[in-house]
Amino acid sequence: MALSGLQIYKLLPQTNCKECGFPTCLAFAMKLAQKGTELAKCPYVTDETRAALDAAAAPPIRLVTVGSGERAFAVGNETVMFRHEKTFVHETALVVRVRDDDPDLAERAAWAAGYTVERVGMTLRLNGVLVENRSGDATTFARAVEAVHTACKESPLILASEDPAAIEAALAVVGAERPLIHAATLANWQAMAALAAGAGCPLAVRAGSLSDLAELSTRLTAAGVEDLVLAPAGEDLGDDLALSTLLRRLALKKNERAVGYPLMVFAGRDDVVDEAARAAVAIAKYASIVVLDHLDAALFYPLITLRQNIYTDPQKPIQVEPRLYQVGAPDAASPLLITTNFSLTYFSVSGEVEASGRPCWLLVADADGQSVLTSWAAGKFDAVKIAKTVKESGVEQQLSHHRLVIPGHVASLSGECEEELPGWEIMVGPRDAVDLPNYLKTVWSAA
Amino acid sequence: MAIEIPVEKWSGAVREVTLGATTDGGTRTTTVTIGGETTLPFLQFEGAMPHRPVIAAEVVDAYPNEWPAPLLAAWGDEARDPAAWARKAVAAGAEVVVLKLRSCHPDVHDHGAAEAVAATKAVLGAVGVPVIVYGPGVPDKDNEVLVAVAEASKGERLGLANCLDKNYRTIVAAALGNGHVVVGQTPIDVNLAKQLNILISDMGLPLDRVLVDPTTGALGYGIEYTYSVMERLRLAALMGDTMTQQPMICTVGEESWRQKESRAAEGVPAQWGDSETRAVIWETTTAVTLLQSGADLVVLRHPAAMAHVRLAIDELMTVGTVEALTASSATA
Repeated sequence: MALSGLQIYKLLPQTNCKECGFPTCLAFAMKLAQKGTELAKCPYVTDETRAALDAAAAPPIRLVTVGSGERAFAVGNETVMFRHEKTFVHETALVVRVRDDDPDLAERAAWAAGYTVERVGMTLRLNGVLVENRSGDATTFARAVEAVHTACKESPLILASEDPAAIEAALAVVGAERPLIHAATLANWQAMAALAAGAGCPLAVRAGSLSDLAELSTRLTAAGVEDLVLAPAGEDLGDDLALSTLLRRLALKKNERAVGYPLMVFAGRDDVVDEAARAAVAIAKYASIVVLDHLDAALFYPLITLRQNIYTDPQKPIQVEPRLYQVGAPDAASPLLITTNFSLTYFSVSGEVEASGRPCWLLVADADGQSVLTSWAAGKFDAVKIAKTVKESGVEQQLSHHRLVIPGHVASLSGECEEELPGWEIMVGPRDAVDLPNYLKTVWSAA
Repeated sequence: MAIEIPVEKWSGAVREVTLGATTDGGTRTTTVTIGGETTLPFLQFEGAMPHRPVIAAEVVDAYPNEWPAPLLAAWGDEARDPAAWARKAVAAGAEVVVLKLRSCHPDVHDHGAAEAVAATKAVLGAVGVPVIVYGPGVPDKDNEVLVAVAEASKGERLGLANCLDKNYRTIVAAALGNGHVVVGQTPIDVNLAKQLNILISDMGLPLDRVLVDPTTGALGYGIEYTYSVMERLRLAALMGDTMTQQPMICTVGEESWRQKESRAAEGVPAQWGDSETRAVIWETTTAVTLLQSGADLVVLRHPAAMAHVRLAIDELMTVGTVEALTASSATA
């Protein structure tokens, strides 16, 4: 919890020596509280003061990095219970589980690690692979981890075994890659702490109750392991929701350091749809790492989408630059469409136009990054804005016709648009982008 | 280690709204009550959630040939007859039937009040669960057919949808005079939702006969806006803002199945996976996510999604006690 200016002042020498550049210690303290200067500017600060300020400045939920290199992911540092209060910051890492008794594990892991999908102009992917010591044998586990690591070199790994000997054998292979070790339990925590501290790797803590998680994390930090992940052992969606909510609340509202770590949920179910449901609850409600059992693109894509949606900053919708775009190579007779600069809207429309095989002029109006319906409701996408966008774009000189297709959701604007744009014919397009190819083929061609 | 659980107590509560009536003109065999929460969704260790969120199934009075093939296949020939469809929906687990009067749309059959009443009566005769009736979504036509349906079904405590800022006077009057509930829809905005509730309430309709539809954005298509508006409405309700205390209804099936991810079987990237699995996951995920932000009633389309969402609700309703969540097995 951040200290106030007065609290900081009490920790300073209170001599008003001015060497920090401020007239008084109180002024310096106030500036420190606003993060407008650095403690190091005070030559007389004591070690205790430094420690107290460091502790107070530490985030309530620790940022933990898993893996090394470009594909390493960092989770934690969250500061709010509800995304509208500010934003969720570090996207949930989606990880697939493979088992060391599966002869095809390297192939399966490589497929999942190489999975990518395009959405709103971004390439999205999963974050890592969890290898589980299902065989119960340390040598088998180490060989499986090596095979997976060889098959997907860049991918962060999670080593899952409650047997310290198996973890030790696997760390001998990939210890330098900063894998997450899963998990320390009440039964094995001393040995796991020694392994994690020795290899400098993050460590997950597994227990069924909040008290046990807090107890274990306290013991582990005392043993020198700072980068922890909490894995509450929930049985179902209800447990996941309750445990994750209470842990997040304890960390943020009670400043309970013992649980100030990212959370990890195993979403595996027999049925792939039930697994999606469990993962959805975890993504919405505070899990930083979600482990999936079904290696299935029909599961990955919706969850990657949900993660992107939930972690979008509510104050900053993903936008594209408002201007005239060419889809394909349009000529003077090609259709002219107009839409808004909400990224999803733009990519839905441009994607469908591209799929239609008919080149088009796509005019994107500045609607503060909102969708057609939202910006229309907010008065940011009306006939005046549409007319202004058309005129300022200079598109008229590019065309041999004066026909403009407006989105079906704003069909009611067509009359006003014709008034604002004398000489133009306003055509009403479909409400949904997915219907554009058919519209271009039938309505536009007949016009 | 002793952990003190930070339990949150709220001063406000969501209103209870009952759909369907069994007496005084009502011919339902069961009624459904939603709302009543004194806590955030499912957190029963610190407040009450007296009613499970409810699953409604969508039934259309004119064969919805624009629906994707997996949906039409799932409902089969029953989709050609609203009464048979409603029976099949209830057998598949629907606790409420949503009847869409699509036939009244000028672009479909342009049916009028008489056909709308006949379709509603047929569904009311076929099933005993409560029914929510949607007009075709064309303002004048909505008023014409919904008023006729409201009058012909006096006392059934139907849901009448949608009640918008444009037509609320007509719809609320029809509900007032005939003992029905209205579904007030506003476009993803806390203040617009509140404002419509105030207008409805000013006409004298008790707020225990108002559901709020905050407008659903599907997964990938604005779900985050709906999610946060619902979360803010629910927090305001629990803090005691009386004009936000309505149970919320989400039209998940319609929105989810409108999207390309649910409609396209071919010509999409291989990374999207099997089309029917993806579509059912799209609908289920949209529903389960919005249940986290306060949905009290989700309207679904695919029977498989209904089954998966039901299982999720079963599990979410079993959230344990504080004692169970903190019990320690560690020895100091």
